[in-house]
Amino acid sequence: MNTAARSTSPLRRHLPELYVALGLIIGPFVLPYIGINSDLMTRVLIWGLFGLGFDLLFGYTGLLSFGQAAFFGTGGFVTAYLLTTGSVSMLEALLVGTVVAAITGIVIGYLTLRRTGIYFAMSTLAFGEMFFFLENSVFKSYTGGENGIAGVPPPTISLGSTVLHISSGWPMYCFVAVFFYIGYIIARRIVRSPFGAVLKAIRGNPKRAIALGHATNRYKLTVFVIAAAYGGLAGGLLGVFQAYMPPDAFTLDTSAQLVIQTVMGGAGTLLGPLLGATIWLYLYEGLQNIAGIGAYWKLILGVVFVILVTVFSHGVGGALIQTFSRKRASPADADDDLPVESHGASSLDIVPATSSAAGAPVLEARGITKQYGGLIAVSDVTFSLAEGELRGVIGPNGAGKSTFFAMLAGELATTHGQVFFRGQEITGIGVTAVCQLGMSKSYQINQLFESLTVRQNTMIPVLARRRGSFRPDMLRGLHHVQGLDAQVEAAVQLVGLSHRIDSLVSELPYGEKRRLEIGLALATGANVLLFDEPLAGLGPEERVHVVALLKSIRKGRSMVVVEHDMDAMFELAERITVLYEGRKLAEGTPDEIRADSAVQAAYLGGMDEHESA
Amino acid sequence: MPSLSLFLSQLFNGLASGLLLALISTGLTIIYGTLGVVNFAHGALFVVGAYAGYTVYGMTHSFVIAIVAGALVSLVVGLIIERGLVRLFYGRPPEDQILVTFGVAIILVEIVRGIFGGVSLSVPTPVWGHGIAHIGTLIYPLYRLQVLFISAGTLLVLYFVLYRTSLGLIVRAGIEDSLMVNILGINVKRIFLVVFGLGAMAAGYAGVIDAPIVTLAPDMGFRVLVDSFVVVVIGGVGSFPGAIVGGIIAGEILSLTSMFDPAYSDVMLFVVMALVLILRPQGIMGQEGRE
Repeated sequence: MNTAARSTSPLRRHLPELYVALGLIIGPFVLPYIGINSDLMTRVLIWGLFGLGFDLLFGYTGLLSFGQAAFFGTGGFVTAYLLTTGSVSMLEALLVGTVVAAITGIVIGYLTLRRTGIYFAMSTLAFGEMFFFLENSVFKSYTGGENGIAGVPPPTISLGSTVLHISSGWPMYCFVAVFFYIGYIIARRIVRSPFGAVLKAIRGNPKRAIALGHATNRYKLTVFVIAAAYGGLAGGLLGVFQAYMPPDAFTLDTSAQLVIQTVMGGAGTLLGPLLGATIWLYLYEGLQNIAGIGAYWKLILGVVFVILVTVFSHGVGGALIQTFSRKRASPADADDDLPVESHGASSLDIVPATSSAAGAPVLEARGITKQYGGLIAVSDVTFSLAEGELRGVIGPNGAGKSTFFAMLAGELATTHGQVFFRGQEITGIGVTAVCQLGMSKSYQINQLFESLTVRQNTMIPVLARRRGSFRPDMLRGLHHVQGLDAQVEAAVQLVGLSHRIDSLVSELPYGEKRRLEIGLALATGANVLLFDEPLAGLGPEERVHVVALLKSIRKGRSMVVVEHDMDAMFELAERITVLYEGRKLAEGTPDEIRADSAVQAAYLGGMDEHESA
Repeated sequence: MPSLSLFLSQLFNGLASGLLLALISTGLTIIYGTLGVVNFAHGALFVVGAYAGYTVYGMTHSFVIAIVAGALVSLVVGLIIERGLVRLFYGRPPEDQILVTFGVAIILVEIVRGIFGGVSLSVPTPVWGHGIAHIGTLIYPLYRLQVLFISAGTLLVLYFVLYRTSLGLIVRAGIEDSLMVNILGINVKRIFLVVFGLGAMAAGYAGVIDAPIVTLAPDMGFRVLVDSFVVVVIGGVGSFPGAIVGGIIAGEILSLTSMFDPAYSDVMLFVVMALVLILRPQGIMGQEGRE
């Protein structure tokens, strides 16, 4: 099996770390020639460190926070306060500042992550402002209010008997560079860990990440706290570097500057914020000295920013990476032949079917109803699936099939009624827990992680199966996850996408995306699978292939399929349930259903007298 | 304990500033509700309106003309922003929309700073607003009382537009289900333009009215933005009644708590927002399931 992409040597894998180390060492010898002095470089590194955490939050997880100043300021003021009043050492003060910022992150994250998207951006912005007011009121006697904390002593590090005094200039640069480098290595590890893979999934398609068995809220809170800790450390270093902790660290301007630098430099690249900070601070210093323009530097920056957001959605860094990787990319040698059937080279693990009550059906719905205001989408449907059965669910448009399915999968709460999985009640436990129990759903409209490869997509459900709904294994390598590759490759092979395993999903043709959609559900290892119109939008040839696929995966799995394609349905299913206007109209073998007069009437539209307006 | 008259006067203050906040937030919320875009340039449009009003007031000495001018300038700026930029972002993720409107906010504020300088300016109270009003035993600045009525009146007009006209019906339908409105063959692009303009105008209009009460500075817009975010988070994003309820709550909190210690009143506002987020994450008037 071709696993060239995986078997890179450790040296090659750590090339970015090597380059960054070299850059940090060579920088002081080169950059002064273009007017970047030690102070500017140190400042850039502090913003770059701040940005590493923010990039994990925004660039990798997709959470746009406008309140990072809260953590920058908190870490900065705690560190500065300890250094000016207490007798703690430099490193202890920085550590405490970082920890306090992280704890603050838990509180703010808990509150703001209750809502996503725009709510998150707005509430982080508002809470960021709250800290500015706190600094000026409640904590004024500690922070000095508008004056900030002056006289932060220069760093000293005691190494056994000798004490290292770090003066401003290049020694300070080295001091900060060490922190930046450690921060970078940790961030790199997080990005490459199983934890990091889940973060990218959350960014790509949060709903599917939840449905595949990840407790995304815990991941989000964790990465929020990590970003807060980075902010706290950077804030602490700022106070040390300037020998002064300014109150404007808490302002919206600080949060905004971080966002702008990250977007300009390129989000999702880790080094983007560093690049953005270089552009920002270099422009600032450069434009200041040009008469007549100096006052407009921020206006110019604003215009540049808007252009970047409009035209290059991945910032300067993203544009660089794109041109670079386009040059290197070899022409795709995709063979468009329909893939060969799997020969069972490596089989996909299935969650063992353990029933809590002997003789209980695999999946059971007791009188489930879903009501939206005055509209009853599904009314009192009772349903039972036997072990190993393949059940079809059919019904005209608007019959409530999708709503019924969403309730079975735990995606939608029932208004009345209960759902049982192998004898255990699963009503209201949520789709993540249902997936962890061993039931998964594939969607009518593809729910994939478009910007990831087929392999990375398939990893997401396997990671949820292997690691549970949440595990903070952010410093471990992906290869530490037991049997990850084997499972991923087995699932990909099962749906016939082995030849595409390292292709980006966004570049796949529709038919292959459709198969990957099924592959994601399979890769969860679920022993009960719900398929919502698996043939939707497929051509005749692909249909045959997917029907064959559904037949081939029946061993060890019970399945429910919603489908419009009657021929496929009658060929596949042992029993068929017919839904009509939210109610169960009929249930039986394909032959019985074919002969059922009520079903015929429903499909021919002959039941108009029952239709409510 | 503060005296009863102080309490009453603060209660009035809270209502006046609360209704003004409600007016500003209404602009934000109808734009979000209809277009699905959170306009981070909303505070900057407030500033643009306030400074336009200041300029025209200086030239004509008529505050009424100043209000009209401020509203019109921000309307035009809003229309230009929608046509030139925001329109390109309807199909893009909300994060991109936030970033681009935030960029626009910086540009607008910096243009204002470039023209008027960074120093604070004060706008005199209009002649018809001079003096003191007697409400029972309460003595209250006349202009603030007028602001209360102007804001309430404007909100009433907005209510009428939203709930009694066909444009309002489409806007509210768009809030419920923009896809459906599209299918019905309504020219959504034109509606979007009008709504964005209206939202921008609400901000600019409020900016002129607020100008005699506060001092003008280019950076004031960010505070306005934060306050209106707090209002809509409390009231519920995209809800017109929510903006009013949230505005009044925010105004009263700021005003009543400042009787005890002004330094804490801002903090209290955020504490209330935190409570709403814990107890009712969708906001007081917000609907479940809206993101």
